[in-house]
Amino acid sequence: MEETLVQRSNQGIDPEFFVWGWDVAGYLFLGGLVAGLLILTGLWMRRAGARSAMPASIRWGTVAAPLMLGAGMLLLFLDLDLKVHVLRFYTAFHPTSPMSWGSWILVLVFPLMAVLALVLAPDRIRALLLGCRALGRLATLGERWWGRIATIAIVAGAGLGIYTGILLGASVARPLWSSAALGPLFLASGTSGAAALLALVERDGAVRSWLARADIWALAAEILLIGAFLVGHATSTRCHIEAIGMLLGGPFTGAFWGLVVVGGVGVPILLEWLELRGRVIATAAVPLLVLAGGIALRYVILAAGQASGVGGDAPLNTFF
Amino acid sequence: MRYAMVIDTVRCVGCNACVVACKTENATPEGYTRDWLRIVVRGEFPELRRDIFSERCNHCANPPSVHNCPTGASQIIEGGLVVVDRSKCTGCKACIASCPYNARYVHPDGHVDKCTFCAHRVRRGLLPACVDACPARAMSFGDIHDDGSEVARLVRSRKIHVNNPASGCEPQVYYLM
Repeated sequence: MEETLVQRSNQGIDPEFFVWGWDVAGYLFLGGLVAGLLILTGLWMRRAGARSAMPASIRWGTVAAPLMLGAGMLLLFLDLDLKVHVLRFYTAFHPTSPMSWGSWILVLVFPLMAVLALVLAPDRIRALLLGCRALGRLATLGERWWGRIATIAIVAGAGLGIYTGILLGASVARPLWSSAALGPLFLASGTSGAAALLALVERDGAVRSWLARADIWALAAEILLIGAFLVGHATSTRCHIEAIGMLLGGPFTGAFWGLVVVGGVGVPILLEWLELRGRVIATAAVPLLVLAGGIALRYVILAAGQASGVGGDAPLNTFF
Repeated sequence: MRYAMVIDTVRCVGCNACVVACKTENATPEGYTRDWLRIVVRGEFPELRRDIFSERCNHCANPPSVHNCPTGASQIIEGGLVVVDRSKCTGCKACIASCPYNARYVHPDGHVDKCTFCAHRVRRGLLPACVDACPARAMSFGDIHDDGSEVARLVRSRKIHVNNPASGCEPQVYYLM
């Protein structure tokens, strides 16, 4: 028998550790979506070669991406407990802090998104933007560097998507987040979510098929990465095994397997596969399931990670 | 120089004087605490053993909370003390999530708060309030790199324990068992 009494009751720490909630999960989701949009935009730019051949959904996506990232940053701002100090993020750069890297990455991604919007936005919006001469010059530059911009968009998207996982993985105190698979998993989920979002607004059948195939590939990668994430923890140290136990029989099992694995990945990938074979009619259900699964993934990993610990305040377990 | 705290779990009677002294000295807000007791009872009746641990920030020599702070608010000052500069803290909670000891919390004013080993007292040559208040003389504080210091002598003299050594954080609160 072992009975432990901790005489501490700090809000957010006791009795359950929970300091990051829906706002941070929302940011991770929106950051992932923007990362996916950048990647898909870059891939289509390389495929199309000219603005006139770009699908309408991708062109609208270039307008939506900065707005979504701005909304994500607003959520991060709302999470800060001392909001008046927000500019402190930009008066320093701390290379050991992933959050510091992220702050600067977010700022540096905006100019890229601005160029993409200037080059690719739907004509009415583009005409409005190009009313400013400086922006017009930037658009000309963007068009001249079409291939380079496409490559940069793919690389920046991959970096942004992986970063959202690394941000959590840097917290060694939360063993559930301590996985090399988490960054790629969030990237795959973000790409899948972006393909789903574009499929919601795309009217062209051929582009929808391309987006469905891209989504299937991203969802398949997500399944593999979820497997790697689970196996990596289950074969690691005791605190990792206990952490992953929360998704394998523990309190987050239902949400993880029901909302994320089955509802957000398994069912959509099956329906999309059937869609491509003409067995079922494409509806908004699949993209909505993918998007719901994406936000559920972020929230479940965020919440379960905070509930996991390395036993730092359980001294006897390591001594006797 | 590396400040460390040594706590004799045999001498500790769990009177909470360290907790009260800390609250008084540092005016921690109601409902929050920088130090606390962990009481562990093990065994089967009548073979029972009770251990009392007075816990706080471990002022790690390799603190992930400092490494993860995006603004430099969490920092290491003279003597290896880990402190939070309120003027730089945004309340992003990255340090709280990185601390394996759950020793930090968000102060109602918005900044992150934690034990400082009473850095303001140490600068004046005084002991941390908790050490000063301990009626059982169970707590010692000093430079663990100085072989002649009381803390260095105590660490050499008995079987010691640090919380979760596998974390690699190199905690600087030592428990004499």
